[in-house]
Amino acid sequence: MSDVRSGSAWLGRLWTPAVLIAVLVVIVVLASTGPGSLQRTVTEALIKLIVVVGLYLFIGNTGVISFGHTAFMAIGAYMSAWLTMTPALKRIRFTDLPDVVATAQLPVLVAAPISATAAALVALIIGFPLMRLSGISASIGTFAMLAVIIAVYGNWGGLTGGKSSLIGVPVETDLWVALMWAGVAIVIAWVFQRSKTGLLLRGSREDLVAARASGIDVHRLRLVAFVVSAFVVGLGGHAQAHFLGILTVDAFYLDITFVTIGMLVIGGMNSLSGAVVGVVVVSTLLDVLRRAESGFSVGAIEIPSLPGLSQVVLAVAMLLILVLRPAGLMGDREVSLPRRR
Amino acid sequence: MNEVLQAAVDAASVGGIYALMALGIGLIFGIVRLVNFAHGEFVMVGGYAVLLLAGAPTVAVVAATLIVVIVLALGVERVAFRPLRGAAMPTLLVGSFAVSYFIQHVVMMSYGGNTVGVDFLPRLSKSIEFGGVSAPALQLVAIAITVLLLAGLAFCLKATRFGIEMRAAAEDLRMARLMGVPTNLIIALAFAISGVLAGVVAIVYVAQIGVLTPRMGVQPALIGFVATVVGGMGSLLGAVVGGFLIGTITVLLQVVLPLELRDFRDAFLFGSLFLILLVRPQGLIVVRSARERV
Repeated sequence: MSDVRSGSAWLGRLWTPAVLIAVLVVIVVLASTGPGSLQRTVTEALIKLIVVVGLYLFIGNTGVISFGHTAFMAIGAYMSAWLTMTPALKRIRFTDLPDVVATAQLPVLVAAPISATAAALVALIIGFPLMRLSGISASIGTFAMLAVIIAVYGNWGGLTGGKSSLIGVPVETDLWVALMWAGVAIVIAWVFQRSKTGLLLRGSREDLVAARASGIDVHRLRLVAFVVSAFVVGLGGHAQAHFLGILTVDAFYLDITFVTIGMLVIGGMNSLSGAVVGVVVVSTLLDVLRRAESGFSVGAIEIPSLPGLSQVVLAVAMLLILVLRPAGLMGDREVSLPRRR
Repeated sequence: MNEVLQAAVDAASVGGIYALMALGIGLIFGIVRLVNFAHGEFVMVGGYAVLLLAGAPTVAVVAATLIVVIVLALGVERVAFRPLRGAAMPTLLVGSFAVSYFIQHVVMMSYGGNTVGVDFLPRLSKSIEFGGVSAPALQLVAIAITVLLLAGLAFCLKATRFGIEMRAAAEDLRMARLMGVPTNLIIALAFAISGVLAGVVAIVYVAQIGVLTPRMGVQPALIGFVATVVGGMGSLLGAVVGGFLIGTITVLLQVVLPLELRDFRDAFLFGSLFLILLVRPQGLIVVRSARERV
């Protein structure tokens, strides 16, 4: 690539994360003037965005579907809870915690990178055998990984409180904190996909055989993507823990897995803009459906409450997208400013 | 000696069910390269069919359950999977995941998410004693059914025209079509067979555990997937071997693990399977057609 243009081309490519973050900032500023319930909805959507961007970082670059990334969310969330709760509370609830953690109490902001790193470490250990499998076997493996981690967390009462919910996590994630982490996630995902590793992976996604023949160590690169994406999803788990202040293991299982994958697929799993657009569109859709679920009346007609309606609609929407527009709403493209000549 | 025999009976009955699950999943994967997440929901819907029909004569319940599941399998194939045929692997995976979730929540909307008890064939839970080994009659019935189904399916695949066409389609779908194999019919037939397998699993499973939830299909489906991966994706023999292997490991862990670690049995199970995959990432039985063609 030539001298002068490469600089401006690199700058030009920064438009994508800039535009995406700018859109989020506008949404957050608008929401911050709205009622509390709207603020909570938007915060929740931003937390999902962190997770979906992390999920995209793996799926979008490698072309391997992962059904297990919410496990990293659980790991990040519980790690952050262990680090930030008061020692007195921890002594009662978590008898199996090592002393170093049990006696410590870190500020929430300090706990964030540690929690995300914990998720990344677990991804490194599990990913080592997992990423050696072929794409489809690896997908099934991620699902098995999720089931195992949920089972372990759900049964290890001395660490997680087991099946009962865990109360007393400091509540610090508000609109602005969630926006900050969402921005961090977008920047990490963008830098990764423009990095050498990201570009090589995208090549291997398009043509695995050719990539191998060109001497690309696909297994190792997939492992790198797995670890980095686990870090981002772990951040999302951290944000989630400090949003509700309550943790339950089951909240990280199938429902959240389905919603996050649905968001990514509907937006378009091969572009970062697709991940962000998917979160915005699906969150809006789900919010409307959630209101519909509790029953409402149109004029004189009474619509009864329909629990489960939103999941059914989301599943149908996903199938329609997959059949009619498999590349999602964004269709493999990134948002950018119109090119000037 | 008796304990070994007892464990062997347990392993055979548990492994048999897992093998049937893996076979239903493996059959579909072999032909259309689709990992059918909805296979677990076939089992779940079969379970609810048993619940609806409870009280009718056993033969009627079994027949009606099988018909319900077959119709469901054919319907899912026609409505959701046929439009997706030939799509990229991630699309197929996510598509079947969406179908599975859809069925779960339709059932949840109609029956609620709570557990429902169903008492099907209580007579079969009585134990039968032979040679110092005691096993519930149901366990023996499960083993017998597994053997019969596997033998019947093997015969059909080896000796009948449709079976041979099905194997040809699994080897190379496009080539089979060019050779005059009616692929739509063959694929529908494969889904019908996987429906039968899921229906049988549903009946045995419901009689064993006696409770239903809309999520009950997830765990057996996961076991079935992992069995096909460990056995070697695309190999039917591999799926059966994988199913029995997982059943055996499960029973062994149940015997070997100390009480306080029993809750973590699945973690040990999947951990040991990861170790197997570390040595053989392609699975135990590797078929040529599973390799990516250039």
